[in-house]
Amino acid sequence: MRARHRKIQPNEVAFRSLGYILLFLFGMACVVPFYLIIVSSFASETALVRDGFRLIPTDWSLDAYRFVFTNPDRIQRAYANTIFVTVTGTCLSLLMTTLTGYVLSRRDFTWRNVFSFFFFFTTLFSGGLTPWYIMCTKVLHLKNTYGALILPMMFSVWNMIIAKNYMQGIPYEISESAKIDGAGELTIFFRLYLPIAKPLLATLGLFAALAYWNDWYNSMLFNTKEEYQSLQYFLQDMLSSIQALKQLVAQGNSELAKGVTLPTSGMKMAMTCVVTGPIIFLYPLVQRYFVKGLTIGAVKG
Amino acid sequence: MFGQSKAIGQRSLRRQLYSNRTYLVLLIPAVVYVLIFCYIPMGGIVIAFKNYNYAAGILNSPWVGLKNFRFLAISNKLWTLTRNTLAYNLVFISLGMFLEVTFAVIINEMRCKWFKKTFQSFMFLPFFISWVVATAVIQSMLDYDNGFISRLVQSLGGNMVNIYTNAAPWPYLLVFFRMWKGVGYGSIIYLSAISGIDQGMYEAAEIDGANSWQKVFRITIPNLMPTMIIMLLLSLGQVFRGDFGMFYQMIGNNGVLLETGDILDLYVYRAMSSNTNLGMSAAAGLYQSVLCFATILLANFIVKKVQPDYTLF
Repeated sequence: MRARHRKIQPNEVAFRSLGYILLFLFGMACVVPFYLIIVSSFASETALVRDGFRLIPTDWSLDAYRFVFTNPDRIQRAYANTIFVTVTGTCLSLLMTTLTGYVLSRRDFTWRNVFSFFFFFTTLFSGGLTPWYIMCTKVLHLKNTYGALILPMMFSVWNMIIAKNYMQGIPYEISESAKIDGAGELTIFFRLYLPIAKPLLATLGLFAALAYWNDWYNSMLFNTKEEYQSLQYFLQDMLSSIQALKQLVAQGNSELAKGVTLPTSGMKMAMTCVVTGPIIFLYPLVQRYFVKGLTIGAVKG
Repeated sequence: MFGQSKAIGQRSLRRQLYSNRTYLVLLIPAVVYVLIFCYIPMGGIVIAFKNYNYAAGILNSPWVGLKNFRFLAISNKLWTLTRNTLAYNLVFISLGMFLEVTFAVIINEMRCKWFKKTFQSFMFLPFFISWVVATAVIQSMLDYDNGFISRLVQSLGGNMVNIYTNAAPWPYLLVFFRMWKGVGYGSIIYLSAISGIDQGMYEAAEIDGANSWQKVFRITIPNLMPTMIIMLLLSLGQVFRGDFGMFYQMIGNNGVLLETGDILDLYVYRAMSSNTNLGMSAAAGLYQSVLCFATILLANFIVKKVQPDYTLF
């Protein structure tokens, strides 16, 4: 009660307002570019060229989207690839990461420190990109397969350590009593630990989904054939060359032959929206678990 | 007697294997994965000492000793690349940690719920996009002809540089966009650490008449130290490895920008994708790995001397 009635001191006011100002500025710096991209995708090309990117475009138009979807084959294919890879990859990687983290968090597992170090060492030292690339292409033959998009990101030692730390925080006695009732390790994992570890699943699931959805790197390294490329790689292609944009529209489109200029700036923004859109919707779903799910701790013990 | 104890040892090993059988089976997928994607490629390091060609494979390519490394050193690039990689990472790490802790504290102290929630979500947005999309963001803001900021500067009578033909502003741009993309996520790690601090400490401090500044500097920051040191150690372990995604998308193969924005990882990739120089690419990669390994061992050793509780391993 006394604290509430205490007079607010000037340095307290400074503390509060500084906080509001800084958070406001940083937040705006983060959100304004997204806003700009979205409205610019609905601006007409002449407005973009004449007046530049503006908070409120001087002239609206749906041309950019119309051109993006005139020849939707490649987009559809890339979309399908990315959705398939994201769903499969996220499920597999969640299962593998949490299962491994679970085993290494068990006190009654005799060699948990040995195996923890076995995994952890790979984050300290690595062979580098080149031997890894040769492994993927010459031994595993991943070139131009879906495997090239799924396998390289399926298991992350960092996420496994987060999972292990989280599960160490779950009272051990829960599983003891379940064991007395005759539950096996798998039952304990799936029926007891996973339901308790919802914040962890949400956090790691988001990490994995983002990694798969946003992946262009593996497409660039391995998949030279268009039919196996991911959405982000497709976007990179579009953003980096007007030629690629033209090709996207040109096939079987007579308007271009008639000398219609392509809304290149607007199309780039429209493509960006089309590519980013779906993944942003994950945020509200997992947001409330986030602070709880991220427990970073030491590797030892 | 010796033989007897060995027999007991064997029997108990078998018993241990048996009692741990479920755990061991459950570990198989991850162990196989790490062997294939991490440990076996470590053996592939030998190609740094070979004149690798695809047809002959790793085993049959001829040995060339240290020729690849000597080449790297002579080309004079190695020093610039190493310096760039290290300097960028040190700025990213220190500035990043400063901003992340600052914003975690700000968000934690904020009373106005809707403001806090809205702006925290805003801060988190850039974490969701790829560096490919980030380049579109940069274009909409900084494009010389019609970017939002370029136009704003011009309308105020200023002169904007064309960022795609001028290397000078890139160190600042890279730092800015790295912070822009990472601080929102990083602050959540510290927020989650703050939520674990015993509230009783704050109550006691309040009774003693501490103000908000004092509470932050005397309670919150000292309690965040373990997390800060672990995050520091983790990032120091990668200090000679640049953020390939960011540098490739923002600098890429633009020769002008490479002047200030070239890092070891870009070099390794260029040498590898040109396919003529796999040995040199592997040599540069090995050089990176060894430097990182030495750094993390040293850093962990120093922490162990000063404050043994805070070590990573």
